[in-house]
Amino acid sequence: MSQTDATTDMLEPIEDRGGAAQPLLQVNSLTKHFPVRGGLFAKSKTVRAVDDVSFTIAKSETVGIVGESGCGKSTTARLLMHLMKRDAGDIIYDGIQVGRALSLRELRRGMQMVFQDSYASLNPRLTVEESIAFGPKVHGMADAAARSLARELLGKVGLRPETFANRYPHEISGGQRQRVNIARALALSPRLVILDEAVSALDKSVEAQVLNLLVDLKREFGLTYLFISHDLNVVRYISDRVLVMYLGEVVELGPVDQVWDAPAHPYTRALLAAMPSSDPDHRTETPPISGDPPNPIDPPPGCRFHTRCPFAEPLCAQATPKLTDLGRMGHQAACYMAIPGSGHSLAPPKGGQSI
Amino acid sequence: MMSIPAMTDMALQAAPATKARGYWATVGRRIRRDKVSMVCAFILALIFLSALLAPWLHLADPYQGSMIRRLRHIGTPNYPLGTDELGRDMLARLIYGGRLSLVIGILPVILSFVIGTTLGLIAGYVGGRINTAIMRTVDVFYAFPSVLLAIAISGALGAGIVNSIVSLTIVFVPQIARVAESVTTGVRNMDFVEAARASGAGAFTIMRVHMLGNVLGPIFVYATGLISVSMILAAGLSFLGLGTKPPEPEWGLMLNTLRTAIYVNPWVAALPGAMIFAVSICFNLLSDGMRSAMDIRS
Amino acid sequence: MLVYIARRIVYVIPIVISVALVCFLLVHITPGDPLVAVLPADASQELAQQLRVAYGFDRPLPVQFALWLWRAVHGDLGNSIATGRPVLSEVTRAVGNTVTLALAAASIGFTLGLLLGLIAGYFRDTWVDKVASSIAIAGVSLPHYWLGMVLVIIFSVQLSWLPAVGAGPGGSGQWAWDWEHIRYLILPAITTAAIPMGIVTRTVRALTGDILSQDFVEALRAKGLRETGVFRHVIKNAAPTALAVMGLQLGYMLGGSILIETVFSWPGSGFLLNSAIFQRDLPLLQGTILVLALFFVFLNLVVDIAQASIDPRIKRG
Repeated sequence: MSQTDATTDMLEPIEDRGGAAQPLLQVNSLTKHFPVRGGLFAKSKTVRAVDDVSFTIAKSETVGIVGESGCGKSTTARLLMHLMKRDAGDIIYDGIQVGRALSLRELRRGMQMVFQDSYASLNPRLTVEESIAFGPKVHGMADAAARSLARELLGKVGLRPETFANRYPHEISGGQRQRVNIARALALSPRLVILDEAVSALDKSVEAQVLNLLVDLKREFGLTYLFISHDLNVVRYISDRVLVMYLGEVVELGPVDQVWDAPAHPYTRALLAAMPSSDPDHRTETPPISGDPPNPIDPPPGCRFHTRCPFAEPLCAQATPKLTDLGRMGHQAACYMAIPGSGHSLAPPKGGQSI
Repeated sequence: MMSIPAMTDMALQAAPATKARGYWATVGRRIRRDKVSMVCAFILALIFLSALLAPWLHLADPYQGSMIRRLRHIGTPNYPLGTDELGRDMLARLIYGGRLSLVIGILPVILSFVIGTTLGLIAGYVGGRINTAIMRTVDVFYAFPSVLLAIAISGALGAGIVNSIVSLTIVFVPQIARVAESVTTGVRNMDFVEAARASGAGAFTIMRVHMLGNVLGPIFVYATGLISVSMILAAGLSFLGLGTKPPEPEWGLMLNTLRTAIYVNPWVAALPGAMIFAVSICFNLLSDGMRSAMDIRS
Repeated sequence: MLVYIARRIVYVIPIVISVALVCFLLVHITPGDPLVAVLPADASQELAQQLRVAYGFDRPLPVQFALWLWRAVHGDLGNSIATGRPVLSEVTRAVGNTVTLALAAASIGFTLGLLLGLIAGYFRDTWVDKVASSIAIAGVSLPHYWLGMVLVIIFSVQLSWLPAVGAGPGGSGQWAWDWEHIRYLILPAITTAAIPMGIVTRTVRALTGDILSQDFVEALRAKGLRETGVFRHVIKNAAPTALAVMGLQLGYMLGGSILIETVFSWPGSGFLLNSAIFQRDLPLLQGTILVLALFFVFLNLVVDIAQASIDPRIKRG
């Protein structure tokens, strides 16, 4: 199943079974609820962390996920990685469900993740080389081969192996640690890499280098990325398509330029409008969203955003709007305002043009 | 095409390759520099060695006594530390006594370290119902004050060396299991363990490679802090007559039998306790030294 | 808050039952016949059997436990084999003496510990700190029964200032708060206070050092708050934990007083425990362990609730 290629020392990536048209990852109605202890005499409530989330990731594209803290981005990442058991929904990798045709172990070869906290992601007791070599060794590679693979990968992420291989995590900087984490993720030759706020904790200049490194690596290894961040500029720079999440649901998705230039959901509009502007002629004025985000425990009925939405109407409180295609290049939004014929006063007529 | 790294990164990359500085090597170096810890280690080594090599040290017979020689003072010729209430040489009794006292004091800590760590590691890593089952059982024993539990178990089982060791092990397992579970849970939630799971490793591999090394340190420091308590308790059991039985030399028992002698020869009567105190304080200081040496942040 | 208290109390109930179970079982793991203390050596088989039935030893173990628990809840812990008096009254009388000793020791230990800890924390890493910390470590490492012996040697044998044993002139069990009796209390109390004093010192030293190094103290000083004001802040932040530690130590003193009471022949619950063990007086042994353990559990509960009410961050699930 996994062999060592003599010329490059790397593990073979798991084979492409679906072909170029098959999405690398298909997520259907992914759901995860957490029970919250309400105390001795109170009934238990649930945090609806991820609710009915669906999207696809095509091969060789970069999909971004944006949203505020607590919107469910990281939980989604962990569910996709099968680090957490999902309550409902399907995760289909290259056309195959995890089961007999594709074991969890094999899936681990296909999908890897880079975490936000560069220091907590590395075992303080292992050297950088040992941390990177761990994964391949688990999948059967010999110790010496794994170590040389680790050193080669260090070179590929921009760290000189002679200098860094025997260092410990506390002896290198944050940016260098993230490079190590990226090398570790690549060690299993995955085809999909999930980056969960991977550059958020870095200084701006270092962040830029690591982003460029990611772009280069994607080209060199033919990777597909899922890039999670709360930083809109970064997401725009690196993504082809983007998902916007709010309180556990996907509220908008589409090509990144489309969503940025013509956001359909009021939340997306507010997010974009809230970005601090460096243009003195177009300063950011008062924040467009009022109030704090509501509690993810027992969210309001209907559209979860309606309590903060300037365009809310009674219809919005009754039923949750479904993510609907807006008819332009796969741009979808979950807002009655954008769905033709929904009954919202600002909605376009059925079969008509979008706003 | 690689992008050019920043100045700081470049500077660090240009540094000459350094030899691998292992964690334990760093800890060892810091302890060696701590004078107090070194002195304590030296004293302990002395006591341990003399106990170990006792039969070869040309000492008097610790069991041989004579009533005419009883309760001689410190500094008597031939009896540098005096004699006890049955005329036996104190120096010999103290050194031979070290053998039993150290074993009864340290062995329970070692046993409970192994048992408690295993329980805590499993409870912490697996979580859920197994964790609750193990920790609730542990809590029941934790509900007793240690002295009371040790004496109750010893009182029930009867006097004797083995019974003392069993009793003390039962007292310490809950304490170590608690620390182990707490540390394990803390490590379990760290991202590098998630990353290890994400690479497809099995539970045992993860526990061995990623958790054990990070967990053993704090538990070990806690356990070394327990040694002094264990020695005091073990000797205390003998002091009450629940531990070693006469005529074996053992510091706690010696304190018991010499009690009535405090009116005649108080300083000889106090000697065994001084030994317990010395060992106990050295272990405590060493344990403190180890804790600061292992603190990666300082 | 009330929910928290209710929840803690509910949590405690299975622990109390388990503690009772352990106390009950302890006595039954004793090798040998539980009747051995009561029977004369040459007793006949029928007499032994009669006594066995009378004490209920012939019933199955769970039934014995249920019966014993039922009686205990009603205050009947059986009668002491040695004295024939009800166990509960023996134990309560003895516990009273132990409480006197423990409270005296707690006051000494807490006061000294707090003082030394504050001094050590304020003058961290200077020679003052080293001295205070050394005293603390010595206190924690002391075999307290040995300290008792040494104090007796110095103050009773050599100097004849204080009595060596007993709780009152003529060995009476009655306590009174006069000098005649208090002079018997001094040595045992100091001895008992040594270890808690050490622990409180170390805790307070660590807390004080931590608090003083925190940013908000800098901010307070920058605002012009005088040292006494800063001191009050330190105390406010350190007090809850220090009190909690002391509360726990009080529990240990109550439960673990046996060693010191043996040295000083102090007629407390520990001394009672000692004689119960050696006389193999099972009802007394069971009853004493049960009462002492429950005291400790109850004290922990009180300390938990007190801590939670002072420091809202501590309220755990």
